Amino acid sequence: MSQTSTQTPQKVSNTGTQATRVIGALAILVTIWVVISGLVLTPADVVQGESVRIMYVHVPSAWIAYVAFIVTAITSAFYIFSKRHSLGFDRVAGASAEVGVIFMAITLITGSLWGRLTWGEFWQWDPRLTTTAFLFVTYVGYLAVRRLDGSIEQRAKRSGVIALLAVVEIPLVHFSVVFWRSLHQGATVLNPNGDVKMDDLMLFTLFSGVIGFTLVFIWLVLHRQRTMLLSDLVIERAIDNAILERQNEGVGR
Amino acid sequence: MQNAGFIIASYTLTIGSVLLFAVVTLRRARESAKLVEDKHKPWI
Repeated sequence: MSQTSTQTPQKVSNTGTQATRVIGALAILVTIWVVISGLVLTPADVVQGESVRIMYVHVPSAWIAYVAFIVTAITSAFYIFSKRHSLGFDRVAGASAEVGVIFMAITLITGSLWGRLTWGEFWQWDPRLTTTAFLFVTYVGYLAVRRLDGSIEQRAKRSGVIALLAVVEIPLVHFSVVFWRSLHQGATVLNPNGDVKMDDLMLFTLFSGVIGFTLVFIWLVLHRQRTMLLSDLVIERAIDNAILERQNEGVGR
Repeated sequence: MQNAGFIIASYTLTIGSVLLFAVVTLRRARESAKLVEDKHKPWI
């Protein structure tokens, strides 16, 4: 006769909270609006035609990649220069860099599709494109360094130093269209004159994209850094158990 | 819409990549959360 268990399974709490659920719901709503407005409601551009619709995902992706790498640098600096050397800063740095790399890859691919429609080429060794590709490769390297062997503290120190060096590339990428002659257009919204020549709905959709993607970024970083904390705890526990086992073996001899 | 293939590919790639990363992150979180007691989860 089979026995049935009367114990109810214990509920496991994941990385979600009320705050992440609200941020996630808002991110979904804003993103749906951006897709509808970007694909259907906004007008075609006078010069670029329909291809301008790629801008509503390309520009916010680039923005988030920059923000993510700056967050990585700031939190790395907090880890390195603070007295406590809190690993929480390192985990936020790592989580932010992962999300940044995803958005940088999206920027490069959507930019390449847009470039094919505007310039007739998927890729040009243009200053903006080249420096962006270099930035992407640098942060892929940063993530590779985080996976090297060593303790959690070693990981935090090594990657923290790289994050502080790598962030210097961001102004180089942003101002590459000013420093060198570039095929890529200059800053439309963040131009020094503050003169934005764009239809109101186009501008609103672009800002909605920036807000929506920022919410997505916050949601992803919160979940990812909490997952990293859990993984670190599991690793620490495994190391403690291995040490204990080895000590017991020594006592048994 | 002119060049619809390129435009829709851009949107699909953007949303698809972010969704995929979100799903992988949540799955990893669920697996790790099973191995750690709630008292070690400061967000609870």
